[in-house]
Amino acid sequence: MTGASGPSAPAGAAGNGPRFGAAEVLLALSVVVLVVVVAIPVLLIFWTALVVDGSPNVKEVLAILRKPDTYEALRNSVVIAAGVTFFSTIIGVFFAWLVSRTDLPFKETMKLLFLVPFMLPSFIGALAWKMLLSPRSGFVNKALAGAFGLDGPVFDIYSLGGIIAVETMYLFPFVFIQVSGALERMDPTLEESARISGAGLLTITRRITLPLMLPSIAAGALLVALYSLSHFGVPAILGTEVGIYNIPTKIYEKIHQSGGSFTAIRTGTILSSILVVAAGVILWAQSLLLKAGRFQVISGKSMRPMVLKLRGLKVPLLILSILYILVTVVLPTVTIVLVGTLKTYGVSFTLSNMSLDNLKYILFDWKMTRDAIWNSFYLSLGAAFVTMLVGTLISYVIVKMKVRGKFLLEFLGVLPFSVPGTVIALGVILMWSGKFGVNLYNTAWIIFVAYVARYMAFSLKSNSAALEQVHDSLEEAARASGATHWQALRDIVIPLIKPGMVAAFFLIFLPALRELTTSVLLYGPTTRTIGVAIYTLNEDGETVYAATLATVALAIIVVGQVVIKRITRTTVPGDQA
Amino acid sequence: MSHLVLSHVTKRFGRVTAVDDLSLSIEKGECFSMLGPSGCGKTTTLRMIAGFEDLDEGELSVGGQLLSSCVRNYYVPPEKRNFGMVFQAFAVWPHLSVWDNVAFPLQIRGLPKSEIAERAGRAIRYTGLASVERTFPNELSGGQKQRIALARAIAINPSVMLLDEPLSNLDPKLREEMRFEIKDLQRQFGFTIVFVTHDQTEAMALSDRILVMKDGVAQQVGTPLEIYRRPASRFVFGFIGLSNFLPVEVEGGSAWVEGAREAGPFPVSTGGVPGRRMTLACRPSEVGLSRDTGVLGTVRRRAYLGDTVDYRIAIGAVEVRVQKNRREAPFGEGEPCRLSFPDPIWYDRE
Repeated sequence: MTGASGPSAPAGAAGNGPRFGAAEVLLALSVVVLVVVVAIPVLLIFWTALVVDGSPNVKEVLAILRKPDTYEALRNSVVIAAGVTFFSTIIGVFFAWLVSRTDLPFKETMKLLFLVPFMLPSFIGALAWKMLLSPRSGFVNKALAGAFGLDGPVFDIYSLGGIIAVETMYLFPFVFIQVSGALERMDPTLEESARISGAGLLTITRRITLPLMLPSIAAGALLVALYSLSHFGVPAILGTEVGIYNIPTKIYEKIHQSGGSFTAIRTGTILSSILVVAAGVILWAQSLLLKAGRFQVISGKSMRPMVLKLRGLKVPLLILSILYILVTVVLPTVTIVLVGTLKTYGVSFTLSNMSLDNLKYILFDWKMTRDAIWNSFYLSLGAAFVTMLVGTLISYVIVKMKVRGKFLLEFLGVLPFSVPGTVIALGVILMWSGKFGVNLYNTAWIIFVAYVARYMAFSLKSNSAALEQVHDSLEEAARASGATHWQALRDIVIPLIKPGMVAAFFLIFLPALRELTTSVLLYGPTTRTIGVAIYTLNEDGETVYAATLATVALAIIVVGQVVIKRITRTTVPGDQA
Repeated sequence: MSHLVLSHVTKRFGRVTAVDDLSLSIEKGECFSMLGPSGCGKTTTLRMIAGFEDLDEGELSVGGQLLSSCVRNYYVPPEKRNFGMVFQAFAVWPHLSVWDNVAFPLQIRGLPKSEIAERAGRAIRYTGLASVERTFPNELSGGQKQRIALARAIAINPSVMLLDEPLSNLDPKLREEMRFEIKDLQRQFGFTIVFVTHDQTEAMALSDRILVMKDGVAQQVGTPLEIYRRPASRFVFGFIGLSNFLPVEVEGGSAWVEGAREAGPFPVSTGGVPGRRMTLACRPSEVGLSRDTGVLGTVRRRAYLGDTVDYRIAIGAVEVRVQKNRREAPFGEGEPCRLSFPDPIWYDRE
């Protein structure tokens, strides 16, 4: 081993050689990838939005924003995001407190169940709620009208309220995860010392626990706000039909219906710029909050925290929790699955009306859905693999390497986090539709590039978290034992961060499989994805086939989650030991 | 006058008995420490006194007033016990200033503003925090955080102060300093201290009496000197300080180190040595080391620990640790020497 490196071995420090060592090459490569995939598309959006004929033109930007339809989209986005954030925070904090600070029965199981809404794609949820609560034909509305002899519908899901309700159902886990995690990490003696000081449980909750949780609650709420602000699926399914648009659906409408006219694209880029800036501000505020909240992570011994005895409320609260899961998860899922077996939409759920023919048709006979499933599979697989590898490389440079110019990469590395899916799609269109010599429009490649950009953030997060766990001295010990930089990487670093890499792969693969927001702006005649196919089937009134395909998507998600659990269970223990 | 009384207290966690039939009576104004390795039940006992844990058997009372009783299923909650408590990780509230931390227990009691100001101010002055009373805990050092915790605990003038390894998160120098400060505070305020630690020097330095625990069972209760000089069991002897345990055969007034008869006998002064095969326990500093009388040994290792010299001496296959003052004539490694055991303690062979 040592013989191979010859007499120069002792001098073989990190960046040996004159100017351009491996470190500089890796840095350059990482920068190029991030610039081409993320930075230029975003810059193109700002450029297109703000510059007309080579000079900045703010007047026209304001004129477009003042148009009633763009203004209304902005207002709707804010109203929806505010409502969803408000309700998600209340529900998330309440359930987090319930499972970590009370003696609710089956706490551990309930904790897992509250995460299930996260796995359910919200546009599929919206589809189900449309079937249940649409004013004219919703099953629940019809049943209620029949039971009480009412004329009009009880609920109207095609409304701002409906959109807020459905988004809340599937977004509250952001708050739930943040808060229940923080409650668990919190040093229980902080509460015990208040107790021994004479404070009762209510006083402690008000004066100690809640103030200490505030940064986590706010961080979770901001994530919800960010996600809701740039969310496409739910408003697209529940709002477009009655003319309610938010920013992403307005962008979609502009791009799609005006056949790519320049004014449409400009409106899209202006709205996108607003999204990017809003996302940036939200993420910045969130990182400040998390920094402020860091003090509470220092946990003492893992003693059991104080638990509120619910006494008489035990059973009612358990029933409430279970009902919540039944209504938000089980009911929509069952609806989708059942509708997916019907001969035609609107017939009653009798065995004679239900069969697996739809499933057979979309899986084997219908080219459009078959293609969609296949497209989603290879696009997600490819994007997940490439993004994982590139993310590892970039994270390695950011976390581990001492090389000049790294700040540039650190700045670029934050960028993917604040670019919503709609914006990515628009940026990718501007970049890859021939303007710069490469035309990927209407090919699968443009979706691939967009996926890489969209999911880079996940890969960077997972990989850099794994790399930060690997102390520098481990790599240094390998170098001191005579390994070259590459050998140390291959034999020490990569085996240690493998769980992080695997996690990154699945964190990208699964969401990409059901992706809608980005692909809906990019698909061509032969490049539909599963999400796009469900969405367009629904738009075309093929509700039953949309439900059947959604069933397939749900099945894939469930299988995927089980596989992840298996894999992470076998890789993670070695990491923690 | 017994102030804090535990009678037949037992606590189980699942199948593990954390505290087994413990009875104690602690005097008013006493500084009482509970000492033992981790998992011995000392912290559980403290948490039962504080009211954070219920009892599985027994009763607990302070000043004649019942606080916890398993039989009657009667428990005064922690917030009604009027105790002061200091936790291992300080448990200082990071979102409140030093002043607000200390004033919190007084505010909870609904005292008038002027009294809160006076009592919190006094606690802050006594703990030397006056100059930082407006700052937030995260800007302060570990020692200062510990002072906040102490000030908060003494602000209500508790009759009993519970300390859960309060010094273990501090560096050694600060630890010694804080010991004296806690002692001083006790003199000023006159509270009873119940103190949990796994560090025997800490227990020795602070306490009037020490309880040594192992596996939930009380091993010995006594003054530091009693515990040090007359440990009730081999475990206590070993836990309380550096120790040698020699396997020895006793015949009449003489004894031999087992397996090293050729090293010669040594006289056993106390006539009451109970059996033939015994364990002799002694502290390294109490072994006699000379060139002319005693059991023959060979110096294996010698190390200077500042003022003392630390020897490892072999008698046959048995190794004895001996510590002598640097100024006594030193022995070199490999040199023969003679050992005597003037004041040993005898335990049965296990």
